[in-house]
Amino acid sequence: MEREEMRKLQGERLSAMVRRVWNTVPFYRRRLEELGIQPGDIRSIDDLSKLPFTTKQDLRDNYPFGLFTVPQEGIVRLHASSGTTGKPTVVGYTKQDIAMWSEVVARSLTMAGITASDIIQVAYGYGLFTGGLGLHYGAEAVGASVIPISGGNTKKQLQLMVDFGSTALACTPSYAAFLGEAIMEEKIAPGDIRLKAGIFGAEPWTEGMRSEVERLLGLKAFDIYGLSEVIGPGVSMECSCQSGMHIFEDHFIPEIVNPDTGEVLPYGELGELVFTPATKEAMPLIRYRTRDLTRLHAERCECGRTLVRMDKCVGRSDDMLIIRGVNVFPSQVESVLLEMSETRPHYLLTVDREHNLDTLEVQVEVEEAFFSDEVRELEGLRKKIQSAIASMLGLTAAVRLVEPGTIERSMGKARRVIDNRKS
Amino acid sequence: MIIRQLSVFLENRTGRLTELTGVLAEHDINISAFSIADSTDYGILRMIVGKPEIAERVLRERGFAVKVTDVICLIIPDKPGSLHHALEILSENGVPVDYMYAFASAEGRATVVIRTDEAQAAIRVLSQHRLELVRAGDIYQL
Repeated sequence: MEREEMRKLQGERLSAMVRRVWNTVPFYRRRLEELGIQPGDIRSIDDLSKLPFTTKQDLRDNYPFGLFTVPQEGIVRLHASSGTTGKPTVVGYTKQDIAMWSEVVARSLTMAGITASDIIQVAYGYGLFTGGLGLHYGAEAVGASVIPISGGNTKKQLQLMVDFGSTALACTPSYAAFLGEAIMEEKIAPGDIRLKAGIFGAEPWTEGMRSEVERLLGLKAFDIYGLSEVIGPGVSMECSCQSGMHIFEDHFIPEIVNPDTGEVLPYGELGELVFTPATKEAMPLIRYRTRDLTRLHAERCECGRTLVRMDKCVGRSDDMLIIRGVNVFPSQVESVLLEMSETRPHYLLTVDREHNLDTLEVQVEVEEAFFSDEVRELEGLRKKIQSAIASMLGLTAAVRLVEPGTIERSMGKARRVIDNRKS
Repeated sequence: MIIRQLSVFLENRTGRLTELTGVLAEHDINISAFSIADSTDYGILRMIVGKPEIAERVLRERGFAVKVTDVICLIIPDKPGSLHHALEILSENGVPVDYMYAFASAEGRATVVIRTDEAQAAIRVLSQHRLELVRAGDIYQL
């Protein structure tokens, strides 16, 4: 679809959505009235920037169902994010929303080359988290055979992977790495694993981790992006060119804004990703701030698609640590470690405050292949990591080498940071 | 003449060394010689054990990072000047020593474990000077 045609479609959908929330969601009506905006003022996509932002706090303030546009009879599904900081974030879906979600996930899987002849092992958690059920419905829409195994139970994962001959795996990248290592440990012959595509998302990961997972599992790893507030997984997806994730912008209208001022930034510039899921029935949001930092690109992809692409997120501003005034993302440390082939990406950042000064310690597991029996070589490795981190972050970190397997492994999202300053 | 030495990466944590010796005791594996090189946060335990293949496997299974390195073991009389004599031979022949450790046994003899990148050269020059080197099969039973 040409850009102008897409903008026209987005404008129509936006304008209809604003009218709908005006009539059904008191919160939005109040917001718009405060700004002196009438639904009739929003006629095209150019009017998007006139509209106010919606934040996670707004979702909490309207907990649980305050932002729904339809009565409870119309809601067929509820999901909620883990409420690590206060109340969980609740999202609702109508029948039509589930159909739309299944369609975008089906498009995503098609991008990864998955068809009705594939067997897909869905090892995302099933439940309140959108990962498991999101992938499940999308995979069924494609017609693939779904193994709804959910996360965890690694032995079973491997057994079914071999016995059923799974050709695709969907889970978090850290769990994929964990499964890959388990395959090595169990000494399963590479020929017994038939995986060809991996659909990995729900947490930040690096290019280095991609090649690690591709090597361990012998598949092509695709990045899928999404967040429950917008729909769940399937907001955007990588094609086989692996050069950014195509946003399904006919449903989720993307913008990049300056995180401090809210000003809209042009394509190519780094800023906070904002989505307006205009076609969602139960809970459409106006300009939802994802807190993910990335760039958008409008050029046609080599695969031929014209959908806007987003880069891998630099980090979620929630994950961002401010250490001695420097912005630090755990993903930056991860990319440093992955560039140094000697270490595998099992690490833990510990931030503390001593005498009013922030300290950062990075624990890194020593990989057996590199483990030297000479202190000076290990010290050399430690210093190499330390200086690579210093040049990446502009911050000196204490690097501590630890025994393999001592940093906690995760089944779901990896815990990479302990911030003792908050306690 | 080449002896397999096991090196294990150990964090400086109370009880960690005990865990390791426990695993070896459990599998009836004798430690003939060992030394520890330490830094602030971790140490490297180097040891010569009976049944090195089994020791390597069981330690790995218990999550230890294990590396096998080749060393040579020299037997010298337990008296003044004998270590000096052996080291002189190595340095005169340009054989570098990365590290070494030694233990004396009851029969008036001492065993010296030597790690060098040029093990074959070391074996050659030491044998030429009629110094006694331990064969693999012997030391594991020491």
